[in-house]
Amino acid sequence: MSGTKTTYNDKVVRQFAVMTVIWGIVGMLVGVIIAAQLVWPELNIGWLHFGRLRALHTNAVIFAFGGSALFATSYWVVQRTNHTRLWGGPLVPFTFWGWQVVIVLAAITLPLGITQAKEYAELEWPIDILITLVWVSYAVVFFGTIAKRTVSHIYVANWFFGAFIIAVALLHLVNSAAVPITLTKSYSAYSGVQDAMIQWWYGHNAVGFFLTAGFLGMMYYFVPKQAGRPVYSYRLSVVHFWALIFTYMWAGPHHLHYTALPDWTQSVGMVFSLILLAPSWGGMINGIMTLSGAWHKLRDDPILKFLITSLSFYGMSTFEGPMMAIKTVNALSHYTDWTVGHVHSGALGWVAMVSIGSIYYLLPKLFGKTEMYSTKLVTTHFWIATIGTVLYIASMWIAGVMQGLMWRAVNADGTLAYSFVESVKGSYPFWAIRWLGGVLFLSGMLIMAYNMFKTMAGGKIEDVPVNLPVAHHA
Amino acid sequence: MDINDLRSLITVLGLLCFLAIVGWAYGKGSKKGFDEAANLPFADDDLDVTSKTSHPR
Repeated sequence: MSGTKTTYNDKVVRQFAVMTVIWGIVGMLVGVIIAAQLVWPELNIGWLHFGRLRALHTNAVIFAFGGSALFATSYWVVQRTNHTRLWGGPLVPFTFWGWQVVIVLAAITLPLGITQAKEYAELEWPIDILITLVWVSYAVVFFGTIAKRTVSHIYVANWFFGAFIIAVALLHLVNSAAVPITLTKSYSAYSGVQDAMIQWWYGHNAVGFFLTAGFLGMMYYFVPKQAGRPVYSYRLSVVHFWALIFTYMWAGPHHLHYTALPDWTQSVGMVFSLILLAPSWGGMINGIMTLSGAWHKLRDDPILKFLITSLSFYGMSTFEGPMMAIKTVNALSHYTDWTVGHVHSGALGWVAMVSIGSIYYLLPKLFGKTEMYSTKLVTTHFWIATIGTVLYIASMWIAGVMQGLMWRAVNADGTLAYSFVESVKGSYPFWAIRWLGGVLFLSGMLIMAYNMFKTMAGGKIEDVPVNLPVAHHA
Repeated sequence: MDINDLRSLITVLGLLCFLAIVGWAYGKGSKKGFDEAANLPFADDDLDVTSKTSHPR
């Protein structure tokens, strides 16, 4: 290489990082609204009722908030650890603008009731095609950048991001296969129990690869960076990666316990879900132990607090998940709020917190500052978010177990001891607590937005030259 | 051959492949490369002063 210095492409990282915060607020606001609708049913106005807004909430937080965070961090990490500029020219801005259009289209079509009615894959076929185009571009940019790296190793975080990109492409293409009837209506290419199994193969691996592998990629870069020391065990990270890859794909059937799905398939799903505990905890331990010898940093570094707390919630929810996949436990927990609590333990505690920590790490660097406008507000955000998450999941545990017990209770003559509406009545106080937890979590995001705009104000946007590895200079 | 024999074979090969990866990851030969790889995030930072022991070689 000659003396001319190429620069990192941080523009797209900046765009996605800011949109992470914006979409986080939007998605969580919709979540707070639908939580309120369960407590105060009169808030279900016209089309904007729970049934339609719920899909908007899940799509917004998973794909708009989580997706933007994944784009931002993966683009940053792939450049920084491969010591090269993002490859792909116009494809790079296309991934940003294309993804934003997908989000806006989702926000328009879902409240109108335009849906494929597949959970987490609701968007209709024209939007599915746009998602495919954006996703293929993302893969080309990401792997193209890795291909022109100036170091020999591909850092482990990139493996996780890469697996996330490939798996999501596969899941999306298979599960969204449909026969279009009109522009806004299509029918799934599958039917009956096969359709259900494909849907939950998709659904569970969306959790496994979109909501886990990608965010583990964040963990493997931002935890070491913020702690100022390399990951606890690189060997463990390699085994962690391959163990997740080999087991996750098989766990989907646990979403279909006691359904028309063949019993043996349910059992396979249950066993693989139990096996998943091992790699999940291996990864969690690897992340947390990275801090060993530097625990004091946790005391006054709120970004590290976010990252390490996220790993604790990751450990909790990946223990809870396998337990709930056991058929006898599932007989109690399925279709209750316990599931909702479990999901949010992962979504708020793990996914959102690791994203928030990573974005707080990135924001000052992206806008030419040394730190956030107010570190104090980051600490405030951390505590509000943690209390909100705990309120949310604790209330859902109680409501869920109560519902499960009420639904299965029978009188001596075999009739049901409770009507369904009695379990609804009993759930009210917990739904109110859950709403409060959501309000707290959303307030934290508003604080983050204020802090972000203050950090951006007067910030310098400069292109940072690509840092060639030391060995090349010597 | 039944299609299910092939499916069983793939499963067994998958397990063997995974065990081989574990053996490789914890083998002696990969230590040095892993140390280098683990420090990749730190080889980068312009302003970073932390890289005292960052480069084993």
